[in-house]
Amino acid sequence: MAAASKVETEAGEAAGAAAPALDPEQELAAYRAMLLIRRFEEKAGQMYGMGLIGGFCHLYIGQEAVVVGVRMAARDSDQFITAYRDHAHMLTCGMDPKRVMAELTGRRSGYSKGKGGSMHMFSREKNFFGGHGVVGAPAPIGAGLAFANRYRGDGSVSLTFFGEGAANQGQVYETFNMAELWKLPVVFIVENNRYAMGTSVERSSAQTEFSKRGVAFNIPGLRVDGMDVRAVKAAAGAAIDWCRKGNGPYLLEMQTYRYRGHSMSDPAKYRSREEVQKMREEHDPIEQVRARLIADGRTSEDELKKIDAAVRKIVADAADFASEDREPDPSELWTDVVM
Amino acid sequence: MTVNVLMPALSPTMEQGKLAKWLKSEGDHVKAGDVIAEIETDKATMEVEAADEGVLARILTPAGTENIAVNTPIAVIAGEGEEASSAEVPAAPAVKGEEERKGEKERAPPAKGEEASSAEVPAAPFAKGEEERAPPARGEEQRPPARPAPAPAARPVAPEIPADATFASMTMREALRDAMAEEMRRDPNVFIIGEEVAEYQGAYKVTQGLLQEFGARRVVDTPITEHGFAGLSVGAAFAGLRPIVEFMTFNFAMQAMDHLINSAAKTLYMSGGQINCPIVFRGPNGAAARVAAQHSQDYAAWFAQVPGLKVIAPSNASDAKGLLKSAIRDPNPVIFLENEILYGRQSEVPNIEDFLIPIGKARVAREGKDVTFVSFSIGMSYALGAADELAKEGVEAEVIDLRTLRPMDVAAIVASVKKTGRCVAVEEGWPQCGIGAEIAAKVMAEAFDYLDAPVARVTGKDVPMPYAANLEKLALPSIAEVVAAARAVLYR
Ligand SMILES: Cc1ncc(C[n+]2csc(CCOP(=O)(O)OP(=O)(O)O)c2C)c(N)n1
Ligand SMILES: [Mg+2]
Repeated sequence: MAAASKVETEAGEAAGAAAPALDPEQELAAYRAMLLIRRFEEKAGQMYGMGLIGGFCHLYIGQEAVVVGVRMAARDSDQFITAYRDHAHMLTCGMDPKRVMAELTGRRSGYSKGKGGSMHMFSREKNFFGGHGVVGAPAPIGAGLAFANRYRGDGSVSLTFFGEGAANQGQVYETFNMAELWKLPVVFIVENNRYAMGTSVERSSAQTEFSKRGVAFNIPGLRVDGMDVRAVKAAAGAAIDWCRKGNGPYLLEMQTYRYRGHSMSDPAKYRSREEVQKMREEHDPIEQVRARLIADGRTSEDELKKIDAAVRKIVADAADFASEDREPDPSELWTDVVM
Repeated sequence: MTVNVLMPALSPTMEQGKLAKWLKSEGDHVKAGDVIAEIETDKATMEVEAADEGVLARILTPAGTENIAVNTPIAVIAGEGEEASSAEVPAAPAVKGEEERKGEKERAPPAKGEEASSAEVPAAPFAKGEEERAPPARGEEQRPPARPAPAPAARPVAPEIPADATFASMTMREALRDAMAEEMRRDPNVFIIGEEVAEYQGAYKVTQGLLQEFGARRVVDTPITEHGFAGLSVGAAFAGLRPIVEFMTFNFAMQAMDHLINSAAKTLYMSGGQINCPIVFRGPNGAAARVAAQHSQDYAAWFAQVPGLKVIAPSNASDAKGLLKSAIRDPNPVIFLENEILYGRQSEVPNIEDFLIPIGKARVAREGKDVTFVSFSIGMSYALGAADELAKEGVEAEVIDLRTLRPMDVAAIVASVKKTGRCVAVEEGWPQCGIGAEIAAKVMAEAFDYLDAPVARVTGKDVPMPYAANLEKLALPSIAEVVAAARAVLYR
């Protein structure tokens, strides 16, 4: 386990005060990517309020550093898969914001032609495999992507995300067992945002250190400050490397927080306003990067404003597109059932 | 005192087996529970244990002997210091097998004119008289019907087989194995995954030899984690591989149902046609013999309801081969429902390269003009058996083997009903919302004016499968019930 301890040291450093610095270009890229998620999700929330988006809509606001940090450490050929809190993963994988938003509004240009909605979108081209509405389901499916990688020996790694609530599903442990047994190249990323709907970690989990959930299967794990994109990138980089070298799976617990309700209708009774406020003020993943960029002196407020404006434009265009695009043709009801 | 060790049965209906090897020699001291020999059938191996303490005085059947009838004395154990020649007291040797072996039983067809009775099962927990006192099923029939005769090993008649084809006789088990092996040779993306598919050669020996030919990379033994390996295989299929997932039986696929339905069947639609799932879920479905409710359910109707799935249930070796090959090449998730009792049945399989049977096409298994029977899988045994019976009275039944349940070849059913005016649907599954219910609805909708009687259904009874032999027989359909249903729709 020499390599394991190396991973732990590298990422352990990352998790602490000494998280390896990103170069300014990477900081800017992270800033832009996270901002795009935040603005997109805010817009989606507004459009939901206007009745343009229906059903369930789970926003990622507060968790941006997790998927962005992991993406920065991955290759384009690595696959991403997650559950229903998935808009950010799609944007980060390079899927077109217009078509993602159009799927949210149930229009014909959406990634699933309007037949999937917020929770079910895919892009084979961008190696994004959903978008799954069933809690826990991404775990074995993600391991299956890794099975295919190992079968082909193509060196790709599956980045498999699920919530800490999902981590209590039996199938997750069935998957851990097979993944380690067959040395599958999969990084399991538990997005521990402290709540599964209204149930806090403490009220649902006997072992609240999710990085240890692989211990019974000899899967190395690491707890990471998921609000710090640098720490996420460092940990993900080491974990992906571990997998790519054929050592089997790796488990990352990303400690993060969602600012918004579970879905659009949320009673907001299970946690205090102060708790949410404190996280936003003290740990916001975007503000952290912004502060560093300014402090560094190499990036001006003006430059950041330009990025803000560009991101707002992308999101506004996506919203316009998704509002104006037509609904699917009624004939689409019958297509894509079988090939 | 000396005791005879008898050839044990692996199942209540096993009639003979092979003595593979002796693990003790004459003169060895044995304790009760010591494994003294190994016996084999085409499906399984079993250890024979000594039931008593003593000396293995004589080996009556040398290792390697084949076709030893059940209950034949194979050795004599003498008490210490005793001669091995005294009276032959039959002792039922304790048998040891693994859980799934209990499922590996064949409801072997009884010999002509003989009832499948307790006679061939020494340890059967009922006497024949009791069996006859069994309560009638819903007053339909007083006497429990005989076990169905097997489907005649007739040459399959199907448009996909050229007239000049030659045939080889093989079991459905062999046909399925050949189909998989051929497809694995053809496409490196095809692999088989499931419990005991590799080293053990398949719980029901369907994957026999595949590990040896294709290696552990493509013949993958899993832990006992149906939910997990079904999901994992779906992921592999999303990524472009072509998994064949074997469920030891479909009863255990219930743990994986979420991935079969929510992940495999719906993703093509939910992704607007982007992500297909080329996967086959296969394994024995429905009642085996004497394994009771949790191991005996027919899931045909459950799966046949789901858009996004294709569902196949072959009745003979030829269809099994041609359809499994088509299933493996299909870009969609296919549920391939086999039947344990049919595994050992021989029939003629055409020697055709790339023998493919199109999914969704029924087959007229027997032509007739008076009444249409529609069935599939083992239900065909009852339907064809009843057609034989009725022929003696001059009634000509047409028998349609659906072969595929989704998409269902309704046109074939309707065409036949237009000719006969009468329809009986036959299946082992439960009646409510069953395949027969669907057939009745379709026939009513599409051939109402041609019907001379309401569509009748012969199904498994609306109860969990009982264990007792007599009750089990009552719970299943029978030839007599199909004959009675035919008479009812013919008003005879
Ligand atoms: C199998 C299953 N059970 C229940 C649900 C309903 N449900 C949707 S989200 C959710 C909470 C999951 O929480 P977590 O895994 O922590 O993810 P998060 O929402 O925090 O991202 C539940 C119970 C579901 N979708 N699937
Ligand atoms: Mg959560």
